[in-house]
Amino acid sequence: MVPLWMYLVVAAALFSTGLFGVLARRNAIAILMSIELMLNAVNINLVAFWRYNTPLDLSGQAFAVFVFVVAAAEVAVGLALIISIYRKRQSVIAEDVNMLKW
Amino acid sequence: MELTAESIVFLIMSAITLGGGLLVVSARNLFHAGLYLMVSLLGVAGLFVLLSAPFLAGVQVVVYIGAIAILIILAIMLTPSVTQLPAIFNRQWAFNLALAAFFFVLLVSVVSPIMGELGVDAWNADFTQKNPADVPADSIVNLGKDLVDPDKYMLPFEVASVLLMAALIGAVLLVSPDKAKADEGGED
Repeated sequence: MVPLWMYLVVAAALFSTGLFGVLARRNAIAILMSIELMLNAVNINLVAFWRYNTPLDLSGQAFAVFVFVVAAAEVAVGLALIISIYRKRQSVIAEDVNMLKW
Repeated sequence: MELTAESIVFLIMSAITLGGGLLVVSARNLFHAGLYLMVSLLGVAGLFVLLSAPFLAGVQVVVYIGAIAILIILAIMLTPSVTQLPAIFNRQWAFNLALAAFFFVLLVSVVSPIMGELGVDAWNADFTQKNPADVPADSIVNLGKDLVDPDKYMLPFEVASVLLMAALIGAVLLVSPDKAKADEGGED
């Protein structure tokens, strides 16, 4: 099989891509999509460590399932917030949402 | 690295995943970014198949591509004025790019044997194992049993279902039109 560190490098690259998107994109929906990339990188790591280190104990897969659930909840609430803000301000640019800024 | 069929598939799936991810963060049209997100998630599903986790690959396709990505694309279409911005990155993007690149180099130096080959001792964790034990054929059955086993993941499982319920009710409340009308009727 492919050695474990290759999967970890792919996951690290995906995580860094998502990190850049979260830090640099202006559109709030693009930021949410970048967060999805980061969660997927974490899932690759969980499953890869499960496969190579403890294939008999299914903790890695169970945690990946919980990451799925949390990602679904996060994206539902996040998009609801974004649509609600869009109704109020006609904008989803993260810099325009400064109601809590003094 | 010898090029077996498995490593070729791994390279293709990694290229799909990372290429899709790069296009997600760099696409000017947000709708295209949503479609590239689907491509990237499909690559991750392929990696799950390679890691002999077929159930997770199926869940990835059904939940991520079928539900989450579609939901994101719907939200993109509901906020139409902003799919094509003149500037897609904020002013600090160059610094952020350097930060992400530095983070990537740091992670790679830890997880890959590069630093060991360069002669730096005790820097990289040793993740070079290649041939793990086989996955038992009934691992999906055991995963299902573990998730509802009181000694293992029953409590997190139930908490996850409550979290999902709360999130869905919260999402409905946030975007319900009655509430939006009531907010407009207020002083602000």
